[in-house]
Amino acid sequence: MTEHADTVLELKEVSQAYDRQLVVRELSLSLRQGEIGCLLGASGCGKTTVLRIIAGFEPLLKGCVRLNGTTVSSPHMSLPPAKRKIGMVFQDYALFPHLSIIENVGFGLRGLSHKECKQRTHQALELVGLHAEHDKYPHEISGGQQQRVALARALAPRPQLLLMDEPFSNLDVALRERLSMEVRDILKENGTTALFVTHNQHEAFAVADRIGVMQNGEIQQWDSGYNLYHQPLDQRIAEFIGEGALISGVVKDRQRVETCLGYLHGHFNTIYPAGSNVKLLIRPEDIVHTEDSPITAEVVRRNFRGANVLYNLRLDNGERVQALVPSHCEHQPGERIGIQPDVRHLVLFDNN
Amino acid sequence: MAAPQLLKPSGWQLVTGLVAILVIVPLSVLLLAWLDPAWDIWQHLQQTMLSLLLLNSLKLLLGVGTGTLLLGVSLAWLTGACDFPGRKLFSWALLLPLAMPTYVLAFVFLGLFDFSGPVQTFLRGWLGSGFRLPDIRSAWGVILVMSLALYPYVYLLARNAFRTQGKRGLEAAEILGCSPLRGFFRVVFPMARPWIAGGMTLVLMETMADFGAVSIFNYDTFTTAIYKAWFGFFSLPAAAQLSSVLVLLVFVFIIAEQRVKSRMRYTQSRLTVRAERIVLHGWPRYLACCYALAVLLIAFLLPTLQLFAWTLDIFREEFDQRYLQLLGHSLGLGVAAALLISTVALLLAYAGRRHRDRLTGFLVRIATLGYALPGTVLAVGIFIPLAGLDNMLIDLSRAQFGIEMPPLLQGTIVIMLLAYMIRFMAAGFKPIDSAMHRVTGNIDEASRLMGLRGPKLLFRVHLPMLRGGIFTALTLTFVDVMKEMPITLMTRPFGWDTLAVKIFELTSEGEWERAALPALTLLLTGLIPIILLMRGAEK
Repeated sequence: MTEHADTVLELKEVSQAYDRQLVVRELSLSLRQGEIGCLLGASGCGKTTVLRIIAGFEPLLKGCVRLNGTTVSSPHMSLPPAKRKIGMVFQDYALFPHLSIIENVGFGLRGLSHKECKQRTHQALELVGLHAEHDKYPHEISGGQQQRVALARALAPRPQLLLMDEPFSNLDVALRERLSMEVRDILKENGTTALFVTHNQHEAFAVADRIGVMQNGEIQQWDSGYNLYHQPLDQRIAEFIGEGALISGVVKDRQRVETCLGYLHGHFNTIYPAGSNVKLLIRPEDIVHTEDSPITAEVVRRNFRGANVLYNLRLDNGERVQALVPSHCEHQPGERIGIQPDVRHLVLFDNN
Repeated sequence: MAAPQLLKPSGWQLVTGLVAILVIVPLSVLLLAWLDPAWDIWQHLQQTMLSLLLLNSLKLLLGVGTGTLLLGVSLAWLTGACDFPGRKLFSWALLLPLAMPTYVLAFVFLGLFDFSGPVQTFLRGWLGSGFRLPDIRSAWGVILVMSLALYPYVYLLARNAFRTQGKRGLEAAEILGCSPLRGFFRVVFPMARPWIAGGMTLVLMETMADFGAVSIFNYDTFTTAIYKAWFGFFSLPAAAQLSSVLVLLVFVFIIAEQRVKSRMRYTQSRLTVRAERIVLHGWPRYLACCYALAVLLIAFLLPTLQLFAWTLDIFREEFDQRYLQLLGHSLGLGVAAALLISTVALLLAYAGRRHRDRLTGFLVRIATLGYALPGTVLAVGIFIPLAGLDNMLIDLSRAQFGIEMPPLLQGTIVIMLLAYMIRFMAAGFKPIDSAMHRVTGNIDEASRLMGLRGPKLLFRVHLPMLRGGIFTALTLTFVDVMKEMPITLMTRPFGWDTLAVKIFELTSEGEWERAALPALTLLLTGLIPIILLMRGAEK
C-alpha cells in the first residue's frame, strides 16, 4: 500500500485491545479520493472497532490514523470527533427524534450563512431523493427513508470521509439490495470517499471498490470483489466468500492439475512443484451440466433459485462439488447427471 | 356499530361508567361552586390569604421543579448512560427515597437540622458556638425536602430514556461537529425530554397535592388552607372554594401530562443495537460516585439512621397497645382498599378489553384520573355530595314516615374507602391493564381450540396470566393507602386513627422522636414496591 498524493485515509499498523485482548491487530489500509472501501467480516471480528477508531470514538494502542496527510489518532493524541470532518451513518441511524428531517440534515452545518445552510440541506435531501419529506419527523417515515436521511445528514457538511456502520442491516432483503446500489450511485456522483463495514458479502460486492476481509482483528486480504472471489489468498477466504467446494488434486506441471474431473488447465494462483498434493477450489459456475459428458455425478441435494438450480453433487471418489445449472434442466436427488469442468482460475491450496 | 352499543350498554360499560361518575361527581361539585361563588367568603379569602397561598404554591412548584429536574436528570444520566464505580448499586439505591413519605422526610429534617439537632450541634462543636445554619423552617427548607423526596420520579423515567440512548446520541452529535457539552444540550437532553417532562408533571402534581410536608413546615399552601378552613374554622364552603382553585390547577397539569404522553409514544426509539455506556475515566468517575453517594446519604441513609436512633430511644414507651391499634387500622384500611381497588381495576381492565370503542376508552381514562386530585380536594369534594345525600335521606324519612333516621354514610369508613378508590385507581389499574394486554385475542382463540371455555378459560389461562399484575396492583395500592395522610385525616370516622394520622398529630406538636416508630413502620412498608420495581427492572 504505497501512499499517493490523493490518499484520503490511511491506517498504519493500528492495534487496539479491550481487557488485554487484541481486537485489532496491526491493521493497515488506505483509501484514495473517491474510493469506496469495505471491511467485511463476521460479527466480533473487530471491523466496527476500526470504524470507531477512525471516527475518534476509541483510542488506539499502537499505530496511527491519517486523514489527508494529517495524523488524527495515535497512541499519544486524538483529535476530537467533532474536529475530524468525518461523516458517519450509524447502524441504527441515530436520527434525532426531536428534530424534523430537515433539522436533522442541517444539524452538522455550522459557520455558514442562513442561505447557504438552507441550500446545502436541500441539496443533500435532493441527493438522496427525499426532498418531499423534509417537514416530517423521523418516526413518520419508513426505515429505508430513515437510512437515506442518515446518509444526507452525514453528507451535508461535505465530510472528507464518510463512515457507515452496517448501513443496510436494519432493512428487509429487497430494500437492502436496492438501497445498496442507490447508495453507491449517490457516493460516486458526489465523489465521496467512504469506508463501511458489513457482514454481508453481497452488500460489499454491490457497493465497494475495495474490500478487506477481516478475521480476528486482521485484514486477510484487501482487494477488489472480483479478486476476492477468483483469487482468494487462502482457504479461509475461499470458504468465506461465495460458494464452492474444494477437491483434491495432484500438480502435473505449471499449468495442469490432475483431479477426479480429469486434467484441469489454467493459470495457477501459486506455483507448486510438480507432484504436489493440493486442494483445488471449484466454484459452482466451474461445473457445466452436459448430458453426454463421460464424467457423471450423483445429485445429492437441489436448491431451486428461480433462474437456476444449485445442485450438490457427489463425484465417483466421494468428493462433493456444486453446480449452477439453468433451471429448465430438472433433476431429482439420486439421479446421475453428466458434468463438464470449465475452470479458468486454478486456485490451489496446500493439502493438509 | 357504535349506535346499538350506546343504546344497549353492556355490564362492563355500566361498571366503567359508574366508576367514572364517582370521579366526576366530586370534581363537578367543586367546579359548580364557581357558578354560585360565595362572595363573602371570597372577599375574606382574598383579603387574608389568597395572594399568599398563590405565591407560596408558585414558589414551591418552581423550587421543587428545579430541584427535582437537576437532581433527577443528572443522576439519571450518570447511572443510565455512563459507567462509574458503584453504578449498578446506585442505579437502584437512588430509588430508595421513594419509600419515604414526604412528611416523614420533612419531620426528620426538622429534627436533624434544628438548632438543637445533631447536625447543628456537631457543626457548632466543629466551627465554634457562633455557627448558625440558615433556618430550615423556610421556603428553602420545604423545597429541599420535597426535591429530595420526589426526584426519583424524574430519575426513574429519565434513566430509561438515557439508558436506551446510551452513548449514541452524543456520538452522533459529536461526529456532526458538536463539543460534548453542546451535544448534551442539543441532543442528549432533548432526546430524553418527553420522559423528563413526564417525570416532572408527576413531581409537580405531587408537590401541589402535598399536605403532610408543608403542614409540618408550617408553610401555607392550598392544601393546608383547605384543611384549616374545614377543621379550624369549620367552614366547609370556604374549604370548597379553595379546593375549586386547586382543581383548576389540576386540569392544567392533566392537559400537560396528556401532551407529554403522546410525545413519548411518538419519539420512542427503535432500538436494535444494545446501547453502550460512556465509561468515565479519571477523576470524573470518582466525582460521579461521590455525588450519587451524597444524594443517597442526605435523602435516605441519614434520615433512616435518625429514625432508627429515635425509635430505639422511645421504643419502650411507644411500642404499646395504642401503637398496635394504629397499626391494625392502617393495615386494615390498606388491605380493604387494596382489595376494593384491585377488584374494580380488574373490572375496568376487562371492560377495556371487551370494548375497544372510544367511549369505553374515554370512560376508563376518566375512571383512573383521580391520581391527579390532591387528597384534601378529594376529601372535600366527596364529603359534600355524600353528606348531602345523607341529609336528603334523613329529611325524606322524617317527612314521609316521621322516622328520625341516623346518617347512613357520615361517620363510616365508606366515604374514606371511596376516596381512596378514586385517588389510587390508577396505581391499581396500570399493572393489571398491562398484564391484560398480554392476554391477546389469539390466546383466547388458542385456548378455545384446545377446548377451554367459560370459567375454565378464566381460571386456567386468564388469571394465571394476570396474577403478576394483580399482585403488583394489590401491593402498590396497599402501600399508597398506608402512607396516605390528608384523606384519612379529613374523612376518618371517630376513633379510626392510623399511623399517618398519628404522625400528623405528633409532628404538629414537635414530637419528632415519638413520631419515629410509626414513621419507621411506614418506611419499611414503602420499601416493598421498590423491591418490586427492582425485580421488574432486572427481568
